[in-house]
Parts: sequence; C-alpha cells; structure tokens
Amino acid sequence: MATLDAAAPSNPAPAPLRRFRALRALLRNPAGVIPLLFLGAVMAMAVLAPRFYPDDPLSMVARPFLWPGVNPAFPLGTDSLGRDVAAGLVWGARISLLVGFSAMLLGVSIGLVVGAVAGYFGGRTDLILVKVIEIFQTLPSFVLLVVLVAIAQPSIGTVTVAIGIVTWPITARLVRAEFRSLREKDFVTAARSLGFGHARIIVREILPNALPPIIVSSSVLVATAILMESALSFLGLSDPNHVSWGSMIGAGRELLRTAWYLSAIPGIAIVLTVLALNLLGDALNDALNPRLSQER
Amino acid sequence: MTSGRRLLRVLGRNLLAAVPTVLAIVILNFFLLRLAPGDAADVLAGESGAATAETMAMLRQRFGLDLPVLAQLQTYLGNLAQGSLGFSPRYNMPVMTLILQRLPGTLMLMGMALAVAIALGLAVGTVMALNAGRWPDRLLSVISLLFYSIPGFWIGLMLIVAFSVKLGWLPSGGAETIGANLSGLDYVLDRLRHMLLPAVSLALFYVAVYARLTRAAVLEVAAQDYVRTARAKGLSAFAVGTRHVLRNALVPVTTLAGMHIGGILGGAVVAETVFSWPGLGRLAFESVLRRDYNVLLGVLLLSSILVIVANLIVDLIQAWLDPRIELR
Repeated sequence: MATLDAAAPSNPAPAPLRRFRALRALLRNPAGVIPLLFLGAVMAMAVLAPRFYPDDPLSMVARPFLWPGVNPAFPLGTDSLGRDVAAGLVWGARISLLVGFSAMLLGVSIGLVVGAVAGYFGGRTDLILVKVIEIFQTLPSFVLLVVLVAIAQPSIGTVTVAIGIVTWPITARLVRAEFRSLREKDFVTAARSLGFGHARIIVREILPNALPPIIVSSSVLVATAILMESALSFLGLSDPNHVSWGSMIGAGRELLRTAWYLSAIPGIAIVLTVLALNLLGDALNDALNPRLSQER
Repeated sequence: MTSGRRLLRVLGRNLLAAVPTVLAIVILNFFLLRLAPGDAADVLAGESGAATAETMAMLRQRFGLDLPVLAQLQTYLGNLAQGSLGFSPRYNMPVMTLILQRLPGTLMLMGMALAVAIALGLAVGTVMALNAGRWPDRLLSVISLLFYSIPGFWIGLMLIVAFSVKLGWLPSGGAETIGANLSGLDYVLDRLRHMLLPAVSLALFYVAVYARLTRAAVLEVAAQDYVRTARAKGLSAFAVGTRHVLRNALVPVTTLAGMHIGGILGGAVVAETVFSWPGLGRLAFESVLRRDYNVLLGVLLLSSILVIVANLIVDLIQAWLDPRIELR
C-alpha cells in the first residue's frame, strides 16, 4: 500500500506553497532584490511626484541652460525653456511606468485568451489563430505602432492600447506552446474524465501550471513597452500635455552640441529602469525554474 | 534528392504559405487607411487652400471615395496589382516610386546592422560559452543585458555626442558628404563612415540577443554525442568548433535573425530619424509629420513584404545549414 502511494502520480504541489517557494528564492537572490528595490524607488518617485514637485513640470522655473550641479536648487539643471530637468524626470516616471504596466497588462490579457484558446482546442481554431498571430508578427511592430498612434492621434490612452495591440502575439505564442504541452498531461485527462468544462480546465487546471514563463515574460514586456513608449515620444508621437522621458530626449536632441546633458539624463533613467526590469525577469526565471538555472 | 531540388521545394512551400499572409496584410492596410482622419479629397482641398462642398463631392467621385467599401477595396487591390499605391500630393510623385527610392538606403543600413549584430553576437556568445560560469562570462552577460536595455535612439544620440561632437571622427548624419564628388574607394569609405554610427546604434540591442542565444546554443551543441565523436576521431579543436559546434549553433541564431527583420526595420525608423539617413524609416516619420497617410501605409505594406521576403531567405539558409529541416 505504501509503495503504491509513493508511485501514484503526485498531484502538483498546491499552488500557494510553490509560489511562496519561488518568492523566497527570488528574495534570496541579490540579482532579484536589487532590481526590485530600484523599481520600488522609481515607483515611489512616480507616485509622490506631486508632493516633490507640485508645480507643472512644463513651467519655467529658472534660468535656461543651467548645467547639472551648478545650482543646488536644480541638481539636474534646466532645459532651453528654464524647466527643471529633475521635475521632468520625476513626472516622466509616472508616464513611463503607467504606460509600461498598462500596455503589458493589455497585451498579456489578449495574448492569454488567444494563446489559451489556440493551444487548448487545437485543430481548426488553432490554425486560424496561428495565422492571425503570424500576420501580426510579419507586420514590423514599431512601424505598425507608429501607424496606429498616428491614425488614432497620440494620447496616453491610444499609445497604451497601440503598444498592447502590437505586443500581444509575444504572449499568445508563449501561452499556446505551454497549453499544447500541458493539455496532454495526466492531470488534465483526469479533470476531463471528472466531467469538468473547458473553461474550468483552462482557468483552474492548466493556467496555474502555465504561469511561470508568462510571469517571466511579463517583466520583460513592461521593459519592451517602456522602450516603445520612449521611442514614440522621442519621435513626437506622445501626449503633448505630459512630460515623458522620451519627449525630454526628443526636446534635447536639437541642442545636442551645446547641452547634451538634456538628452543624456532622461536616457539614463530609461536604461536603468529597463535594465532593472530585465534583471528582474532573469531572476524570476531562476526562481521559477530552479532546475533550469542549475543546468545553466 | 539533390540539395538544389530540396531547397527549391522549401522555397515553393514557403511561397505558397506566404500568399494568404500578404493578402490579409493588404486588406488590413486598406482598412487602416480608411480609418485615417481625412481622405484624399481633404488632402487635395487642404493643399489648394479652400474648396466648396461641390468641388469636394466631385473630387470624391473622381477618386471613387463615394463608392461602397467593397468596391473601394476592389479598386485598391486592382491598383496594387498594377504596382500602384496611390499618389502623394505632398511629394508630388507616386507613393510606390517614392518608397522604392528610399528602399535601398534602408536595406543597406539593415544589412550592415544585422552583419555587425550577428558577427559580434556570435563572437561574444562563443567567448561566453567557452568561459561559462567564470568571470568573462559574467562580465559579458551583464554588458549584453545592458545593451539589451538601451533605447537605440538614445545610444545613437550619445554616439553622436562622443564621436562627432567631441572627437570629430565621424559625421553626425546624412548618407554621404554633400558636394564632395568622391569616386571609387573614397566614395565607398565615405558611405561607410556615414553608415557606421547608425548601424552600430541599431545593432547593439541585437548583439545582446545573439550573444545570449549563441552562448546557450554552443553549450547545448557542445554536449551532443556527435561532437564527442568528432573529438574522439581526432579532429582539431578548431575543426570541431567551427564545423560541428558553430554550424549547428547557427540554426537558432538564423531563425531569430529572420524574426528580427521586422524589429530592425522598426528600429530603423528611429535610427534614420536620429541620423537623418534617407531611408524608409525616415520617410515614415516625415509622412506622420505631414499627415500623408497614403505614404505611411505604403511603408507599412512594403516593409511587411520585406519581412516576408527576408523570412523566405532565412528559411532557405536554414534548409542549407540543416538538411533535416524539410521534414518539418
């Protein structure tokens, strides 16, 4: 009896316990903690922007072209219109993070639904959805993004939706692959023989087991969305009423020869934030796939 | 079966698979164009300064803009079949001519960027794999993750600051020295000098991707039985490394490079704008500024077709690298 028990296919460990194990592994890894702390700081900066800089970051506050470090009241200097670079940086963090996270959520949601349906049902549904994914992956995503934003007129909402529209195929492909391999597993057959409906099997049985790679890619997708938003606003395709890191670089571009710090500073903010998200993605990957990381 | 016939079959199968994709993209383009604010009549009326309602109606009738959607789609497809993407009043020339004028510039820039990215990525990835787990591997993986996180347009601007503003070594934009009338080798060198900074700023992101991929592929391939066999039969480390390990590690790199063509094209939009490079990307940017949606969507269509063609080529390269591929 005891041997039989041991040989019986063990149910996957209850989800909460495993998640805590992954979380602990993440928090033990300095490569996971440092980016988390950094992102927390950026987030705090974004949330507290109105407290630090209650005035409109687009208003003139000092002499223009103040270099960083010259006047302690404006540690990062001022731009060609006398606007405080530090204030722009803090307010810009709001836009970058807001667009980055909401676009990721939108893209991942669409990708989850399409990928789950294609991977779970297979057959003709899969064939059609794969073709749709293929079409979206053939269209150069940044060119499509420019077209969508130009047609819909740039605002925070349209930029977010457009980034979601061009990035969902990444998640859809990933989810489809996971679902295709998981639907053949014993526990899914068991759930089916118990008479569970498709929706329940997809959401309650397969999805929790498909989550780890999706979580890892979400972190990288936020980074991608932030990069896309910054490139769009660098080109001038962003909400003109809000400062963003990309638009600050775009504004500084004309003054590259004399005041290159205007482009350099917001760029460093983008690089550090995106780097933190990518590092977090790597650390999440190590935490969620302990076997894989040992092999590497 | 000879390898030539096998490659032809791969090509035929992929061409057939591309037909519905192209058709879907064309139709998507048509509907996006209809969504764009203002139609050709508005543009022309705007150009001429003013127009009465009657003139507008007449213009719409002439362009077939008053017809039902399906009839308009038919006209669009018919025009496209004759190689016409419409006319751009702003540039005063057919959209297709305009795009084909800018295409070589973008192709050159992309080719150079891809070559730099693959060469550097393979080199860095191989070094990382050979030192797996030791400090050169760690250092290079941090550097490649950094490259992976830098926006291409920003590194482009910083390269301009460093190499053309401060050091004065390289030009900050354009495709060639204007009015220099160079010829022969000098001309080629001049073009290369102009291409270097935009290509590098476009390539850095992909160097990081290929380096990480090459590292993983080399480590995986090096553990295969046939590599051990090759080593056991006394081949030199160099022969094993190039003929057995690197050739097989190239397969995932080329797959990914094919998938990146679209991404590099997107990056070219920004890089070309930063460096005033006369290509498709800057044309897209200019047409956004000028609200010339006909040109903008023409660029989208042509660049999608470019991606499809590039993928066909990548599939052929792969079939040549790995004879098992046709069986898929």
